[in-house]
Amino acid sequence: MNTTIVSLVSMGAMSALFAFGLAIASKKFHVETDPRVQEIEEVLPGVNCGACGFAGCSAFAEGVAGGEARVNGCPVGGAAVAKLVAAIMGVESDGLKRRVAQVLCKGGHTEAKERGGYDGPKDCRIAHATQGGDKACSYGCLGYGSCVAACQFGAMYMDENGLPVVIEENCTACGKCVDACPRDIIMLVDEEQGVHIRCRSLLTGRFVRQVCSVGCIACQRCVKVCPTGAIYMEDNLARINYDKCTNCQACVEVCPMNTIDWQEGKGILDKVAVG
Amino acid sequence: MSLFTILLSALLVNNFVLVRFLGICPFMGVSKDVDSAIGMGLATTFVMVVAAAATWLIQWFILEPLGLPFLQTLSFILVIASMVQLVEMFLHKTSPGLYRAMGIFLPLITTNCAILGFAIMGVQNSYSFIETVIFGLGAGLGFTLALMLMAGIREEMQFADIPKPLRGVGIAFIVAGLLSLAFGGFAGLV
Repeated sequence: MNTTIVSLVSMGAMSALFAFGLAIASKKFHVETDPRVQEIEEVLPGVNCGACGFAGCSAFAEGVAGGEARVNGCPVGGAAVAKLVAAIMGVESDGLKRRVAQVLCKGGHTEAKERGGYDGPKDCRIAHATQGGDKACSYGCLGYGSCVAACQFGAMYMDENGLPVVIEENCTACGKCVDACPRDIIMLVDEEQGVHIRCRSLLTGRFVRQVCSVGCIACQRCVKVCPTGAIYMEDNLARINYDKCTNCQACVEVCPMNTIDWQEGKGILDKVAVG
Repeated sequence: MSLFTILLSALLVNNFVLVRFLGICPFMGVSKDVDSAIGMGLATTFVMVVAAAATWLIQWFILEPLGLPFLQTLSFILVIASMVQLVEMFLHKTSPGLYRAMGIFLPLITTNCAILGFAIMGVQNSYSFIETVIFGLGAGLGFTLALMLMAGIREEMQFADIPKPLRGVGIAFIVAGLLSLAFGGFAGLV
């Protein structure tokens, strides 16, 4: 019985002493924080991907509270999170269109010629900086999957043909793959857009044919056929202005190299002509 | 036993992570880059030194005289938890960058078995006050050393062509095993 009392008293006294010490310390080391920071952090996805341009979700929350970041600055959370953050900050959110990553190269193992000889680390950035990888095309996908490795959301995989594929449902448009690709093949595009010119080669037609069977040869047929003037030519490469494209697919049919792609399941868009 | 022997023993020969296998959680968790490894190591070292002094006082001035050695684990955990809280507040105030870099691992120092382990070992070896503090310092520096070595190797491994099934934690454990074998070479030094 005596031991019980001694134990209780001594441990109780010790705990009280520490509690007192910690209470003093918490006053002394008190850090003033904006209560909104905590609230915003709670509604953020919390994956710390850095897509907003801040070091992590807490840094972004501090940025919003401090007026350096926009309330809809989190591309992962999208419109839903933007609304919550806006409510905390007491402002109206102007919403955010959902974007997804698009891979702008179709030159896998079967389409693009390979020259061989690359024996370095299987990393696109290293291959690009040293010998340029296995493929003959110096603009195309290197196929070592640095973008897939960079994706934190399991939204990409390498298919058997050696090309990255985006699983659009999982894509959050964080832009990690865009940064990881040394050849600038990946682009973030509004999800509703279904027509894509999947080539980045600036070579003239003759040289494109030498290295790839699906590259843009700058024949200009798509430019001529486009009813809204969304396609234009620049540096031997057809480019698409997504602001004008209505997903009509006229270009997809005329492209002789099959470079222009139509993604099944995306609807025709009703766009007011811009400009 | 001289103070230097105690320090060397805790630092290398009986390194808490690589020889005694205590504190493996932060060893795996915070060894991805050298900077945060050093920060974590130093924070742990600080907690160990302070906890060494506090646990010694509690053991020989409270627990032994009152005949309560069975409350050792409880009271030591209490002391360590309070110290960690103190370090956390201090870091939050003085070094927000380090505070953020260590994140969840800072509160986790509380449950770092290396700290409780060294405190109990210090009592078992019936060290004097100074000896216990030096023992804590050695243990902390040994922990920091192990973390830094591991982080350095893991930074270099990032671009290595590692077989797929071993990537990530798998290869880290193999490296830890090899490091541990290497530290076996210090046996007999003291």
